[in-house]
Amino acid sequence: MEITRQEVEKVAKLARLALSEAETTAFSQQLNQIVAYVQKLKTFSTEEVEPTSTVLGQTNVFRPDQVQASLSPEQALGNAPDAEANCFRVPKIIQES
Amino acid sequence: MALTAIHKMTLAELQRKFTAGDVSATEIVRAYFLRVAHVEPKVNAYLTQCKNAAVAQAERLDQSLKGWRKTTPLMAMPLAVKDNICTEGVRTTCASRMLETFVPPYDATAVAKLRAQSYVLVGKTNLDEFAMGSSTENSAYGPSRNPWNVQTVPGGSSGGSAAAVAADECVAALGSDTGGSIRQPAAFCGVVGLKPTYGRVSRYGLVAFASSLDQIGPITKDVTDAAILLGAIAGHDPRDSTSANVPVPDYLKALKRKDLKRLKVGVPAEYFADGLDPEVEQAVRTAIEGLRELGADLREIKLPTTDAAVATYYVIATAEASSNLARYDGVKFGLRAGESKELLDMYLRTRAEGFGPEVKRRIMLGTYVLSAGYYDAYYGKAQAVRTLIRREFDAAFETVDLIVTPVTPTTAFKFGEKSQDPLRMYLSDIYTISANLAGLPAISLPCGFSKAGMPIGLQLIGRPFEEDTLLRGAHAYEQATNWRSKKPLVR
Repeated sequence: MEITRQEVEKVAKLARLALSEAETTAFSQQLNQIVAYVQKLKTFSTEEVEPTSTVLGQTNVFRPDQVQASLSPEQALGNAPDAEANCFRVPKIIQES
Repeated sequence: MALTAIHKMTLAELQRKFTAGDVSATEIVRAYFLRVAHVEPKVNAYLTQCKNAAVAQAERLDQSLKGWRKTTPLMAMPLAVKDNICTEGVRTTCASRMLETFVPPYDATAVAKLRAQSYVLVGKTNLDEFAMGSSTENSAYGPSRNPWNVQTVPGGSSGGSAAAVAADECVAALGSDTGGSIRQPAAFCGVVGLKPTYGRVSRYGLVAFASSLDQIGPITKDVTDAAILLGAIAGHDPRDSTSANVPVPDYLKALKRKDLKRLKVGVPAEYFADGLDPEVEQAVRTAIEGLRELGADLREIKLPTTDAAVATYYVIATAEASSNLARYDGVKFGLRAGESKELLDMYLRTRAEGFGPEVKRRIMLGTYVLSAGYYDAYYGKAQAVRTLIRREFDAAFETVDLIVTPVTPTTAFKFGEKSQDPLRMYLSDIYTISANLAGLPAISLPCGFSKAGMPIGLQLIGRPFEEDTLLRGAHAYEQATNWRSKKPLVR
């Protein structure tokens, strides 16, 4: 089953990655190679086998709802590319109509 | 004490000298930074060196010890930390352009535990970008080199940590292991590397790659040091909901027995199949014979799903990575590319500029296997095969206490040898990946050298939370052999 160039472009969009022409070409070829290898999973019978998402078997881990020490706003914003008035600043999201 | 003698000591030896007052913190720090200055141009193990802070801290420690000498086990011990583990106030890059200027406002729990004992941070070590790779060739800041032969890779992704320990640029180091990233570089660099049971060490502050597989662990000069460092970082942490509330035993106690009597050790035929270099196979088989001579009861075991491990891993790890790395969007931390007028454009450009080729490749693969129409065929299937792999280990551990295998199919390879062929690079993880998928503890330790003089590693895999048995087996073998006495010339 071939992964087409169009599919690679679609996946890149889903992953929020702007790819160059050269990257799209390289990834098309490499993803096909890797996914072809991964087909070998089909040779293992997994009927009625529960999937493993984590090995410890924990489900919900709760703690008491108590106020604890946390980062100050200055610390939390310290690595922000752009910040203003204790907020992360981003380009405008809602366009004027 | 001569400064040149200090950097050759193990952690246990240096602890004894420091506790007795035979060497000061200042002398230790001076000795190590002399060593770093001498070999770092050839090895390139560090992305950030912390000399000024280390010197100041050492002076403070020496001052505070005047009069009443009360020390903690890791006080003044010069350790290196892989640069995907957060260190408060010290840049943590993950070897990525994305985090070039990221300075964490907190310590990872493993680091906080070391800091509570007044360890000294020598620096942050190089890795494959976001821990994705087996050679450090994927570092955005250039690769590290193997101290045994600088024409070859140190392994990865914790290649900087392994190279730093092998070249005596720190007394021990922390690494992280998602598919072999502690054990494979330890094998390539001739040092000891331990991946703990999933949940044994808190992942809080470890920059997430594949959350169901990642573990922090020690890379050290010998097995005793691994026991010391593991004991220091292990334990339950309320800040990591996947950390296990299981008591931490005294790992040094496990080293008291020098034989392997009544220990059943499994040898899986699947780990000695095609693709295993004859020199590596011979060294590992000789080591297995050595385990028998120490009293181990060897048993042949079967792990037939081993053949699916690489495929299973590269579906699950990339799926988790594509989700984890969605956070790098140019908003809260890290790189933001150019001047975007619009949010989507900012995401696209930031991620295009910030990530290197291997990270993009894995995000692409992970996004693909999770996308509508492919989820069940790839991700769901891999999760089910992961269960099969776990069951096989469960069954094997009903009849054996430890499993012994090679760590890597070959010794350290040359730069560029595999970097153009992603699948070939992935296949070199074949012997280490299963322990991550099953969440089991595993250790790599030296068991010989190739004719070209490159180190060969032996892997022991244990039951969950039985690091003590793992360390006992590794220590008995180490003490019966003398591989650790050979040191690299760094050239």
